[in-house]
Amino acid sequence: MKHKPFFWFVLPSSIAMLLFIFLPIVSVVVQSLFVEHEQVIIESENCGPFGCTKATSVDQEATAALRAERPLGQFAGLKTYLDRGHLATSEVAALWRSTDSVGEFMGRMFNLPLYKALFFTLTYTAIVTPLTIILGFMIAVAVNAAAKIIKGPLIFFSLLPMIVTPLVGSLILFWMVDARGILGASLQVLANDPSLSVKASTPLMWIMLMVYGVWHAAPFAFIVYYAGLQTVNTDTLEAAMIDGATRWERIKYVVIPHLLPLTTFIALIQLMDNFRVFEPIVSFAASAHATSLSWAIYNDLGGETRQLSSAAATSVLTIIGVAILLSPVIVRTYRDFTRKV
Amino acid sequence: MSIAQQKPVSLKVFTVVFLTAWMLIAAFPFLWTLWGSFKVEGDFFSKADWANALFGNMTTIETGDSFTGQGYSGAWIQEEFWRSAVNTVLVCLFVVTISLTFGTLGAYALSRSTYRYAFWFLIVALIFRAMPPITLVSGYLPVFFDYNLWGHLPTAIIVLVAINQPFTLWMLHSFFNNIPKDLDESAMVDGCTRFQAFRHVIVPVMWPGVITTALFSFLLAYNDFAVTTLILSKENQTMVPKIASFLGTTQTKGNVMFAVAAVVSITAPLFVMVMFFQRQIVSGLTAGAVKG
Repeated sequence: MKHKPFFWFVLPSSIAMLLFIFLPIVSVVVQSLFVEHEQVIIESENCGPFGCTKATSVDQEATAALRAERPLGQFAGLKTYLDRGHLATSEVAALWRSTDSVGEFMGRMFNLPLYKALFFTLTYTAIVTPLTIILGFMIAVAVNAAAKIIKGPLIFFSLLPMIVTPLVGSLILFWMVDARGILGASLQVLANDPSLSVKASTPLMWIMLMVYGVWHAAPFAFIVYYAGLQTVNTDTLEAAMIDGATRWERIKYVVIPHLLPLTTFIALIQLMDNFRVFEPIVSFAASAHATSLSWAIYNDLGGETRQLSSAAATSVLTIIGVAILLSPVIVRTYRDFTRKV
Repeated sequence: MSIAQQKPVSLKVFTVVFLTAWMLIAAFPFLWTLWGSFKVEGDFFSKADWANALFGNMTTIETGDSFTGQGYSGAWIQEEFWRSAVNTVLVCLFVVTISLTFGTLGAYALSRSTYRYAFWFLIVALIFRAMPPITLVSGYLPVFFDYNLWGHLPTAIIVLVAINQPFTLWMLHSFFNNIPKDLDESAMVDGCTRFQAFRHVIVPVMWPGVITTALFSFLLAYNDFAVTTLILSKENQTMVPKIASFLGTTQTKGNVMFAVAAVVSITAPLFVMVMFFQRQIVSGLTAGAVKG
């Protein structure tokens, strides 16, 4: 296609992405380097019959003027990145000096907001991704072996956990594990502990969040694997059988190598999706036990005082994290493209 | 099927047990919540006996019948959930239409261009696609406040369209790659301009791909929480942020059943959608995977 028609065809799409994705990224980076102006304080002395008292008040006019003059705020450089809510360099350095063992150091460090969020996000990503792949694969093999008539309904019900709104899906599970819900009550009976509450326990809350994560994502892995299973070469399978391969050997040497490229695809998509884990933390009201990077941004932006600089700094750090996760995909896509041309 | 291919009984039993267990895990939470949404809170969250939720003992005592629509009337009328439903319909309708209009034009050009910049365009789109949308919100807010754009439905629509674009472009790009180039090129040999070739030759054959992409664009707009909750004002909330706001206010008032009813109401359309478009959803999920 020639340059000129190409330009006109991609124009609407480019403008949308330029205005609402690219410029906001620039704006986020800039904001993270500035902090809001401090209020201008004026000190006045009131002298009455009983002596003088000093009073301070906010000079609204001067503050507004200052804000209008430089709407971005004060330039702060990397200050926001290094403060206690983010990388907390001075706190970490102090901890390093004051703690004796690495374990204690790590334990104290994960109480700092950003490291707490990062620790949960990475643990969640590292545990949910492989479990999703394994469960999805097992469902795909089982559904593939099922009778033809029930395959349709099986796929229908399997899709539901993935299609349903994440916030809503996690709420549904949350209500069931409530101490007065069916799962929560059963857990109490199983553990023989009538005071057991998922809401109150950090480890149980982490497990619940991850169970939700696997429940929500397994259907995706299932569908991709199921489609892959339809294209397994039956000749190779038969040849393997004639050579005396057992069922397990056939899966191991024929089916799994065939599905390997799909596994890379699922793993990459899942890494990206799990890294942005957010809605279940809101639904489960889990923020006391587990926070994620996305939740930290939401928390900064959602309150009465919108902490734009703080949210912007966390956003930039999150984007850097995503970029690191994504770099293998880009390298691979680039290689594919150069091979094709 | 030959004897060698037949499964041992133990494997058959395991498969049946595993599938039954998965079906329970996948579907039971929805059925349970649907059933429970017609009960009162004392049954849905029963301290005494979980079986109350099945038979509705408290519901019978409180309302005289074992089923009640209190949750639904409370959510839809008293808490004005219908307003959010209307907002969601508007948002989804416009997001899907605009995304697909922009997306088909862009993706068609990307699939027909052999220049290197087309490839970089797609790579940039892929990077945009990987970024969590919530990281962009702190970039929107100051501008939206300054120009008084914050809180309105059209703002949310255009933001969701933009966030949708990278995905739409990638998906449609792979569909257009499957439509033979000869088709539109022969039309151009016959004297069509590029746009006429697109309009008269490509548009009539692109609908299967467009419908599949539309389903996923719809899901993205329908399910979004991060963006809509932060850039829509209270009166303009769509359904998902509205449900989240139920959790803050009504849970303390003891009206958690409103939230349960709202949750069932928001899930029902998705059920219907999966029922009618199962084939398209499955093909859409695998389109990127099997080829890439």
